[in-house]
Amino acid sequence: MDKKIRVYFCTGCGIGDAVDVADLQKTAKKTSKNAAETRSHEMLCSPEGRAMIESDIANDGVNAVLVAACSPRVHQNTFHFGPSTIVDRIALREHVAYVLPAGEEDTQMAADDYVRMGVTKIMKTEPMDPAVTDVQASILVVGGGVTGLSAALETARAGVRVVLVEKQEKLGGWVASWGRKFPTRPPYRDLVDNDIVNTIEAVEKHPLITVYKAASVLSISGQPGEFDVRIRVGNDEKKETIGAIVQATGWRPYDATKLTHLGYGKSKDVITHVELEEMLSKTGKLVRPSNGAVPRSVVFVQCAGSRDPNHLPYCSAVCCRTSLKQARVIRELYPDTGVTLLYKDVRTPGQYELFYKNAQDDPGVFLVKGEVTGVAVDQKTMTVSMTDSLLGDAVEVGADLVVLAVGMTPVSEEPILNLQYRRGGELPVGKYAFPDSDFICFPYETQRTGIYAAGCVREPMDSDACSEDAAGASLKAIQCIACTARGAAVHPRAGDLTYPEFFLSRCTQCKRCTEECPFGTLDEDEKGTPKPNPGRCRRCGVCMGACPERIISFKNYSVDMIGSMIKAIEVPEEDEEKPRYVAFVCENDIIPALDLSSSLRKKISPWVRFVSLRCLGSTNLQWINDSLIKGIDGVMLIGCKSGEDYQCHFIKGSELCGVRMSKIQETLTRLALEPERIAVKEFSMGDWESLPDWINEFVDKTNELGPNPNKGF
Amino acid sequence: MSEKRPQPIVQGSVLVVGGGITGMSVAIEAAEAGLEAHIIESSPTLGGRVSQLTKYFPKLCPPICGLEINYRRLRVQERVHVHTLSRVTKLQGSPGDFQVTVEHRPRFVNDRCTACNACVDPCPVRRNNDHDFGMSSTKAIYLPHAMAYPQRFVIDEQACQGVSCSKCVEACSFGAIDLSQKTTTETLRVGAVVVATGWQPYDATRLTNLSFGKHDDIITNMMMERYANPQGPTKGKIVCPSDGREPETVVFVQCAGSRDENHLPYCSGICCMASLKQATYVRAALPNAKIRIFAIDIRTPGRLEDFYTKVREDPNVSIERGKVARIDEIDGQLRLQVEDTLGDKIQDVYADLVVLATGMEPSIRRDPLPFDIRQDEDHFGITDVATGLIVAGCAKRPFGVSDSVQDATGAALRAIQCQAGRSE
Repeated sequence: MDKKIRVYFCTGCGIGDAVDVADLQKTAKKTSKNAAETRSHEMLCSPEGRAMIESDIANDGVNAVLVAACSPRVHQNTFHFGPSTIVDRIALREHVAYVLPAGEEDTQMAADDYVRMGVTKIMKTEPMDPAVTDVQASILVVGGGVTGLSAALETARAGVRVVLVEKQEKLGGWVASWGRKFPTRPPYRDLVDNDIVNTIEAVEKHPLITVYKAASVLSISGQPGEFDVRIRVGNDEKKETIGAIVQATGWRPYDATKLTHLGYGKSKDVITHVELEEMLSKTGKLVRPSNGAVPRSVVFVQCAGSRDPNHLPYCSAVCCRTSLKQARVIRELYPDTGVTLLYKDVRTPGQYELFYKNAQDDPGVFLVKGEVTGVAVDQKTMTVSMTDSLLGDAVEVGADLVVLAVGMTPVSEEPILNLQYRRGGELPVGKYAFPDSDFICFPYETQRTGIYAAGCVREPMDSDACSEDAAGASLKAIQCIACTARGAAVHPRAGDLTYPEFFLSRCTQCKRCTEECPFGTLDEDEKGTPKPNPGRCRRCGVCMGACPERIISFKNYSVDMIGSMIKAIEVPEEDEEKPRYVAFVCENDIIPALDLSSSLRKKISPWVRFVSLRCLGSTNLQWINDSLIKGIDGVMLIGCKSGEDYQCHFIKGSELCGVRMSKIQETLTRLALEPERIAVKEFSMGDWESLPDWINEFVDKTNELGPNPNKGF
Repeated sequence: MSEKRPQPIVQGSVLVVGGGITGMSVAIEAAEAGLEAHIIESSPTLGGRVSQLTKYFPKLCPPICGLEINYRRLRVQERVHVHTLSRVTKLQGSPGDFQVTVEHRPRFVNDRCTACNACVDPCPVRRNNDHDFGMSSTKAIYLPHAMAYPQRFVIDEQACQGVSCSKCVEACSFGAIDLSQKTTTETLRVGAVVVATGWQPYDATRLTNLSFGKHDDIITNMMMERYANPQGPTKGKIVCPSDGREPETVVFVQCAGSRDENHLPYCSGICCMASLKQATYVRAALPNAKIRIFAIDIRTPGRLEDFYTKVREDPNVSIERGKVARIDEIDGQLRLQVEDTLGDKIQDVYADLVVLATGMEPSIRRDPLPFDIRQDEDHFGITDVATGLIVAGCAKRPFGVSDSVQDATGAALRAIQCQAGRSE
């Protein structure tokens, strides 16, 4: 495509007062003869301003529009002119007019630089060519418990085909072996029937669902929209082409044999609440396993191994309600049997409090708050000892049967998906092995595009919550297929039509891109050449930052593009005493933070030039080289928080950037520069008001080092 | 440029009542899957309760970060139509074909507004700032908050002096202010309706035994979010509202009106975590302050337990079992009478600042919808896919943010289901 660029300057919002726009128009022309055509308008975002641009597109064949006005975070729709017009933005308002003193030379110089950078950028921007894919509109559900069944049914009810793989011979998982359930619907007071058989039947009869029982996934290769899945069913092997995947592999009870201090394994009459559930639902009876007699006193030990740093430090969220339910069942069956629950806290959030309240009304159910310290077993009876947290006294409770309410652990680490990915076969797991999203606002933000965990493998939850979670994961799976079909990225760069392209003839097979990609996107051939899988890609550009050969590029984002923008900055001679700083900033957190602080007109040093990056992890060392060689006096790299509570939606952008910067020392030595001229800063977007202060302090401190001696070379 | 247009996997349309984190999530998730979506939000901005929070538990990350990403998804998503200052007045039809009458109240500021701020100084009148629960004020023409979406000013009709003043109109160089705007209505046709009307803090003035409203140094947990916020009424300083001094002892009263037959019989699920989080606000702002949290049970399910464990290790934070029965002012100090939960012992506790951990009440209890949905006795809604009326987020259950978004994502699927096969 021959680009016909036109630069549109807005003089509104104080831009016209802050800078000489006519002069900026000359700067655009001087930057490139291709950007010689410019226009200005007093309010570019008005219908009249937009009409002016539309008319140029229709009548003059303009197909690349550079809007020098406000931040790209505003008026995105106003300045959208359809898929065949390239649009880019220069934030003259937020980076210049709002934050620099009007009419000063330094202010004009800043605006001049932003115009040069903007023109350079749009010159290097290529039209989109989305990786449109012939997708399979089908979902693979791994696991046929309550979550998997719900995922299958919910997806099929939306009109999408499902392949369900269950390792057991029967569907239903844990819930199939349970009796009545605690209520999850109003009025939340009485036990409800277990209707899992209806769900199983609905799944098995649904025309859009293929069920493979006694089956396992042998391998998954490819990418969203076109995963090749091999499934072992008995002695057969089935092949399916699948669009997206829901992993619903559930949980298993915490291993009670580790709870010897609670008597498990020492007496047959110490059982888990899972064992109790199976006994009650299979036999309809409650007996002491040691002698077959009906127990007169049953003691439930809540948090058995849970909320315990030596076992499971977390809470499994469901056990309180399960024990209250089992207490109810026991009391209905055996009115003479007393039930005691020993608990740290009763956790019945939301409307489940009503069920708890109802349970408290039974005089045969005793609830005692405290820390259980041990279960002593002698030949006939057992004694549970605890510290009563209210009175602080040691208390002993005799029991015929002790039930340990053990917690849930995720089934996430054994071979389940067998992904044929360079970066491993399973979903990456976090703390306690849950393959959960780390984002509060985005619970389905997966590290493997197109594969969504749901149910207890993601987080301990009750069976009703599992069904709801399955619906959410199913939506995300369907959505991923819809986006992949048109070559668009999924969250967080939802809708992005670009993807990384590799100039492979210059690849040295160093494998940094495949290793650093946070999403396991890239595979390698035998020689180590990366195989891009655009459907798995989230478009963060970490691979681009990692590549020492600079062969990875997007249509509108490349090492050369950013490098050229830096080179477009005019660096005054040393004796002019006008230092220059470049701040590479994350567009997800830091650009919004700068926009917000600019709205308060918080002043920023006029010597700083901001360069927006998709993620700090996409920073290529070449840009730092380019900056320093050019005589830039200091470089800031500002991104989001790393560490345990990281905020990077590309997992560890700031961290990767920090690691890369640690390798810049050689360059610094060669150029005889101090390491303090480069700073990697992690900033929480919530602290936006203080961001300009940090930037100005960095500028002040670095100025004290004196100018970069490489100016003018 | 490829001309190939793939077949949509799913299609249809959905109208979402409420533009908080749940409603936004429903609309965006549905639209990214292929549906048209309308968000009907009664206030001038999206963001809802989340925009009032300072940090999220347990990561202590800024809620505006999630808003930003959602706004970005909205900005590039042509299938989502945002209607602020709007409400549904009538609903007719059936799944796959609802006719929804929507009333749009005037903003008095049109889309020429650039949020440049020039109108603010000339405006002669102030209004109570509901974003800060009335603890601060704005001019009658105001931007709801820094992260408002759309980034446009709005005029409070009650406070504005109208055409006779018009100082803002003169100050605006963009012709963005139009005091002649009137309420309009339109009818939208959609396949499904999602109720995501969220929650309101329980009215603490009804907790007469806890003296809220009688003493300025008794605040609610949501007020604490604003006090701790750098953009809040005290610019993030935690002080005693009565005299501006820094509190030495801060006491959190858990279940203030919750798990209580006289108020909210249920548990709101999030208040324990909120208070633990707010304890970290106090610790960060006032390193010497002592914090006491009185609770019947501490409810931090799942891996949230880790946060509880961490806060509990702080020597300045004491988490104690007890139910606060009364608060009185005794000789200029706040005295809390704390019952142990068996009710036979009472201890007196003194505090400089008291935070009432009040619960969540579904918004539709006080502001009923103009159409019927199934509800439980506490006015939480119940989804019925067969009717095409889906309930999501805190309109359905007291949820934290993460659970709300999870629920919203599932609700988007149900919106597809109730019109699947009908649109062909």
